[in-house]
Amino acid sequence: MAEIRIENLVKQFGDFAAVRGASFTIADGEFFCLLGPSGCGKTTTLRMIAGLELPTSGTISLGGEDVTFRRARERDIAMVFQLFALYPHMNVRKNISFPLVSMGVPKAEIKRRVEEAARILRIDHLINRPVSGLSSGDRQRVALGRAIVREPKAFLMDEPLGALDAEFRHIMCGELRALHDRLKATTVFVTHDQLEAMSMADKIAVMNRGVVEQLGTPQEIYDRPASMFVADFIGSPAMNFIRFDARLAAGATRVEIDGTEIGVPELREDAAAGELVLGVRPEQVMLTTDGGLRGEVFGAEYLGTTQIVTITTAHGMVKARIPAAVRVERAEPVGLSFRADRLSLFNAATGRAIRTALYEQPVRGGRHG
Amino acid sequence: MTGLVTAHSVVDPSPLTKRIAAVVVIAYAVITLVPLLWIVMTGFKSPSDAIAYPPKIVAEPTLEGYCNLFTTRSRQAPDYMAKLPPPSGLCDRISRDRNMVIAGPSNYIPRYVNSLVIAFGSTALSVVLGTLAAYAFSRFKVPLKDDLLFFILSTRMMPPIAVAIPIYLMYRELGLSDTRLGMILLYTSVNISLAVWLLKGFMDEIPREYEEAAMVDGYTRLQAFFKVVLPQATTGIVATAIFCLIFAWNEYAFAVLLTSGTAQTAPPFIPIIIGEGGQDWPAVAAGTTLFLIPIVVFTVLLRKHLLRGITFGAVRK
Repeated sequence: MAEIRIENLVKQFGDFAAVRGASFTIADGEFFCLLGPSGCGKTTTLRMIAGLELPTSGTISLGGEDVTFRRARERDIAMVFQLFALYPHMNVRKNISFPLVSMGVPKAEIKRRVEEAARILRIDHLINRPVSGLSSGDRQRVALGRAIVREPKAFLMDEPLGALDAEFRHIMCGELRALHDRLKATTVFVTHDQLEAMSMADKIAVMNRGVVEQLGTPQEIYDRPASMFVADFIGSPAMNFIRFDARLAAGATRVEIDGTEIGVPELREDAAAGELVLGVRPEQVMLTTDGGLRGEVFGAEYLGTTQIVTITTAHGMVKARIPAAVRVERAEPVGLSFRADRLSLFNAATGRAIRTALYEQPVRGGRHG
Repeated sequence: MTGLVTAHSVVDPSPLTKRIAAVVVIAYAVITLVPLLWIVMTGFKSPSDAIAYPPKIVAEPTLEGYCNLFTTRSRQAPDYMAKLPPPSGLCDRISRDRNMVIAGPSNYIPRYVNSLVIAFGSTALSVVLGTLAAYAFSRFKVPLKDDLLFFILSTRMMPPIAVAIPIYLMYRELGLSDTRLGMILLYTSVNISLAVWLLKGFMDEIPREYEEAAMVDGYTRLQAFFKVVLPQATTGIVATAIFCLIFAWNEYAFAVLLTSGTAQTAPPFIPIIIGEGGQDWPAVAAGTTLFLIPIVVFTVLLRKHLLRGITFGAVRK
């Protein structure tokens, strides 16, 4: 097992920069998630860690060793591919033992380790079956088996759950995390699915257009988005953005939108004159009768315990997550108030978050913190 | 609606359509099979039955054609014939009935061996080179890739025989005329464009992830190619090999032009088997029948791959 350190990683494909200076460190034994929309450079980053692509510049070190230009086979990492890439002409046992054969492990040892890996993944009854007849879940397990059997320095997974149906994906999420907790192996997981990332990762790097927008624990990323992109990408429904013009000085605790004062976490830096954006998660919106910001109900989606109410305001649509028991009528006029200590502020021009007291609140350190 | 509905037949054909299709298929089979049948039958006729007019459909079978195919004979005076010891075998007896004695073996077997060596040799070479080239074109950034692929294809845009004279002169200078090596190189050069294009189609359909997985699993690219890519390209390789083999086995024009002696293949040899008083048709037919066997065996052995290869590989794209 090993720490993975990425510094100023750049990958250029002709004129197109897939990754533009990504830097982060993945601690030994960490479950690390690269999250982002398609084309953000997360898979390219993973492939560079694997050694399947060579970076244009930057360094990658694995367990303190510079492996930037090392071949994939010399890196001692295991990878699980999106479509599993099980060798179709081999049975389950041969697939799982394939990496061990290349390492020159003695036959008896291979047999023992393959059977142990199969037992951990509960596919020992399938071990002599051809891979072509397996269900996608079992294929997934074989692909994982091929990775864990090596006891490599790190696991890399490229959207391994993408090919599974929704229900099974949920089960595999839990299994993957349990497997990680058991093996304590450094794992880098690529996904575009925020729920997968949030539910499994110790740490998430949100990528967009080749750069890491934010690096943090799932809760940091959710509660303190570093940019409008992250705020918008994480959370479902996404964060509400309310645009307004103002000049704010450090120490301000309120903003004024259409003559309504709205409390925000105390600013720790000046915000120059210009368009600002107030970021409000739907669960931070409360419906009131007398609230300052007025709007009318556009519609409601019932979700069981909660409902998502969409309200039309002078600043666009605002979504609120409120208890399902509250009755709202279409076109009903409502007031909105927000949880002042949880709101985010962004500079509309740069998209970056403005530093506020929000960043000083304690958050859960990791998944188990 | 009844019947199996697959991706290829979304509409069940009506009984009339089926009947018409059956008639067409049977007619086609008859048209292609009757000449073959005629050749096989002619091989077992006597020379006079073979050229009888009106044609004899049923004739007394004899192995004379096969005997004549494998031997050369000379006519002897009756008093010489009378002094000979009793015939030692079937062919000996048949030729003595015609007042002839067997003088020695014919050139059929050496020519047949030439055909085997040249056809299988050039097929193996085409497939090996074609597989490597197709893999490279499919996986790597090759400078001028599209131009190179077009160039390879363009070698098939005119009949190869159009360059027969330059090749003839070249081969004479190089000492490749009438050599097995020369013929293997020639057929390979014709087949390689087919092999590269067919195999590139198959290679493109093998996901790169397999090799990448193998490389992450500790193998070199070459090992990944042999252990992971090749086993999956088997179907394409077999289909390509059959196409190459059929071409090289049947090729006639270059064989006539460039081979006359030691490296002569069976196709130019068979039609000129001369018997007494002209073409020995039963021997020609016998030679042709035997000549068909390797292709039939090869194709039948590999037909599963061939069918899958044709329907799933090259044609699909």
